Amino acid sequence: MNERVKELIRIGQEVVDRAQRQGAEVAEVILRDNVDLSAKIHAGAPELIEEAGSSAIGLRVIKGGRSAMTYTSDPSELGLSALVGDALELAALSEPDPFAMPPEPGLLAKSVPDLGLYDEAVGKIDAGQATTWALAAEKAARAHDPRINNTDGVSAARTAGVMALVTSGGFAQGYASTYVSLSISALADDRDGKKRIGSDWDARRFLAQMKSPEAIGIEAAKKTLAQLGAEKIPTGELPVVFHPDAGRAFLSLLFSCISGGAIYRRASYLVDQEGEEIASPLVTIVDDPLIPKAPGSRPFDGEGLPSRRTVVVEAGRLRTYLLDTYSAKKLGKVSTGSAARGVGSAPSVSPTNFHLLPGAVSPEALLAEVDRGLYVTGMMGFGFNPVTGDFSRGAEGFLIEKGRLTRPVSEVTISLGFKDFWRNIDAVANDLDPKSSYAAPTFRVKKMTVAGQS
Amino acid sequence: MSRYRAPFLPGGDHPIDAAFAARLLERALSRGGDYADLYFQYKAAGALAYEEGLLKSANRGVTMGLGVRVQKGDATGYAYTERFEPELMLEAAQTAAQIANGGPAPAVAVPTPRGLPHRYEVEHSSLSVDGETKRDFLRRADRAARAYDPRIQRVQVSFAEEHKEILIATSDGIFVSDRQPLFRFSVAAIAEDGQKRQSGSAGGGGRYDLGYFWNAAKKPEDHGKEAARIAIAMLDAVDAPAGELPVVLAPGDSGILLHEAVGHGLEADFNRKKTSNYSGLIGELVASPLVTVVDDPSLPGARGSINVDDEGAEPQAVTLIEKGILRGYLQDRQSARHFHTAAGSGRRESFRSAPMPRMTNTLMLGGPHSPEEIIQSVKRGIFAKRFSGGQVNISNGDFVFSLTESYLIEDGKLTAPLKGVNLIGNGPDVLRKVDMLGTDVEVSDGIWTCGKEGQSVPVGVGCSTTRISAITVGGTKVGG
Repeated sequence: MNERVKELIRIGQEVVDRAQRQGAEVAEVILRDNVDLSAKIHAGAPELIEEAGSSAIGLRVIKGGRSAMTYTSDPSELGLSALVGDALELAALSEPDPFAMPPEPGLLAKSVPDLGLYDEAVGKIDAGQATTWALAAEKAARAHDPRINNTDGVSAARTAGVMALVTSGGFAQGYASTYVSLSISALADDRDGKKRIGSDWDARRFLAQMKSPEAIGIEAAKKTLAQLGAEKIPTGELPVVFHPDAGRAFLSLLFSCISGGAIYRRASYLVDQEGEEIASPLVTIVDDPLIPKAPGSRPFDGEGLPSRRTVVVEAGRLRTYLLDTYSAKKLGKVSTGSAARGVGSAPSVSPTNFHLLPGAVSPEALLAEVDRGLYVTGMMGFGFNPVTGDFSRGAEGFLIEKGRLTRPVSEVTISLGFKDFWRNIDAVANDLDPKSSYAAPTFRVKKMTVAGQS
Repeated sequence: MSRYRAPFLPGGDHPIDAAFAARLLERALSRGGDYADLYFQYKAAGALAYEEGLLKSANRGVTMGLGVRVQKGDATGYAYTERFEPELMLEAAQTAAQIANGGPAPAVAVPTPRGLPHRYEVEHSSLSVDGETKRDFLRRADRAARAYDPRIQRVQVSFAEEHKEILIATSDGIFVSDRQPLFRFSVAAIAEDGQKRQSGSAGGGGRYDLGYFWNAAKKPEDHGKEAARIAIAMLDAVDAPAGELPVVLAPGDSGILLHEAVGHGLEADFNRKKTSNYSGLIGELVASPLVTVVDDPSLPGARGSINVDDEGAEPQAVTLIEKGILRGYLQDRQSARHFHTAAGSGRRESFRSAPMPRMTNTLMLGGPHSPEEIIQSVKRGIFAKRFSGGQVNISNGDFVFSLTESYLIEDGKLTAPLKGVNLIGNGPDVLRKVDMLGTDVEVSDGIWTCGKEGQSVPVGVGCSTTRISAITVGGTKVGG
């Protein structure tokens, strides 16, 4: 085990012991330690180089059914004693909640699988290297076409961290992880003076998995150029195809409707829908924390339960909600091992790698079948209500005519309530890239309202 | 009271005086940087969550640290430490110093303390008030929401509070500190009627003490009832229309439209780098001549108000657009140097981040019309009352914002409530279509948080009842 993980577990154990000595019946400690570096460049020169380490300790205590949380960045004697003392004082303020309890000790993870979350090479990336990559991406974008006359947000970053969870139920484990990313937006001036912007990025746990900076720069430039001349289209009902970069947002919105917290609060349009058909038979959605090297993977959950793959939607049928111990108890079920725990907050349900599984057709074949439709490459805004499933967001992309992308489109909105949206998916492509924890392949919705010109 | 105090201010465990600040700044410039600054921050924060008739959880924590910034030309080096041991602070200064690669170190001006305006006089920060008092506020809001209508099934009430203390020292002689209280009270209610389910939310706050809750319409019960009112009203919501329509914005929170349509595009970093659609347009007509937009950090107690910006400059009200003409940008230190003007809008989320130009309270001034007259002038359109947020594409000005409470206007009267809907437009285009302004300017109650490049800061927005002649409404109903 990593030496730093051992050290965090030792501190965590000390905090648990102290809290119990002071009367806590349950004490759970999460500890995090990160070293971050980022290099942002603009116009061929470094703009902002940031480098620092941070650490944080979070404690939850339960006493007589009363819960409280405290956190600190100070591991000194003074810091730890305030952490524990404040938690017990605050617990007296909250009111007994019979559902607030940790998982049964027998259910806790006995071993921690090695999911390949740590790459030594990422931890060693220095400011010079990160700057060089960002500059290379910018240079490639500008060299791709003279119309690319500016860039924005060109940055390379890495983080290397360790975390540990220690609980009075007997759990004491931790792991190290890394993450490296590179992103760029390229700009060009349109005929009417409007600027167009296109972005590309990659982010991975292992350096060797990364796309080259040049490839990322060129991809951003291509996306920008493709947007030149974009216009609204007339309002109407059209088939809509989602590029993976746009489509993955729907996974995050759906997650907010199947999370146990939303279900016991009745704050989801999918309340009382377990076992029902909520989507087209082409839709299978899986939450899988065990994919090696994936961004959302974790060897155990925020309460120390073993990680496991959960099929949430199977061929259109809602198989299960995702649950932590609290929401499971509220709903009379068992946890799906889906708890995450922040340093300053109670455990809550979170997704790991939450994916719409790929279908058999290629994205090109899926587009070729559309006579007239909208291909959405980006969306804007927050127009979603999980309680009703109402969805309405800004979108940009391309008009599809006779199976081809004919002209760029911007400044339109797309809308369709979720009750219909998922049932109307009539094609799912085979191009899933699990580079983000929410991920979807290209997919098509039979008909949505597209609002543009009257 | 003294329980929450910064260790680096006088009376703390690691008080920082001007002499030690100068030593850190010298280290920061030791490799030849042009300029350096220090941002010491202490933040104690707490949160209470009330749900299902119980105070389910209470939480509290402290974060603190020092951020060191070094500038060399247009390049910035940034590092921070979470500990105030002198050797760790010197190490952070050394890390930030690496941005400069040699050359003579400039002299550090002797940091000179200076006074500040008093835009939020809070003697008893809410954090220092006993928890039972605050628990009672949460309970009162919960009861009022439930009592509003038997169809209210769920209520969640929360109270988030913080007490922040900062000390800023710069290599050009600034040495200044401020205490910044802030709280936000929020209520969310869910109504159910048969198969229909809807939600409503309300809240407020600012840089006040708990006396806020004694103001008219700010009692916990008022927030509880307001959340319940929206949830119940929305049970009858119908599909919103799709296409271009006139829109009337309610006063107050609708200022979010300005924040997105013009505010971000006028942040000077984007204009210095020429990535904004407003780059190079100072002195040009960018909106209807009715439109005057001001960013005002001085409103007493407002969520976005500050006595000093996060670079030690004195924040002043900035006129961004005057009668339709673009007058200025929001400047931080780096951009102010580029544009040869004054800074004052440099803000940051915490000691972990470098500052950048940000809004404070962004307001559009009102006009001559009564609110009734404006609604009556619309034959068919939308009245937009509550919002969940917005977003803008800085480079071309396209923006969206999401309505959570809106109504159809038919023949000058509000009729059916509409399901959640998104509006989309282009900043300059929409501001040219502002054609009626009301007499009723309001500033939003303190609920808004603005995100930019991963950093969140509290802001305010405000405006009067406002008519926009046409904007694209993203409903589901085509035609009719």
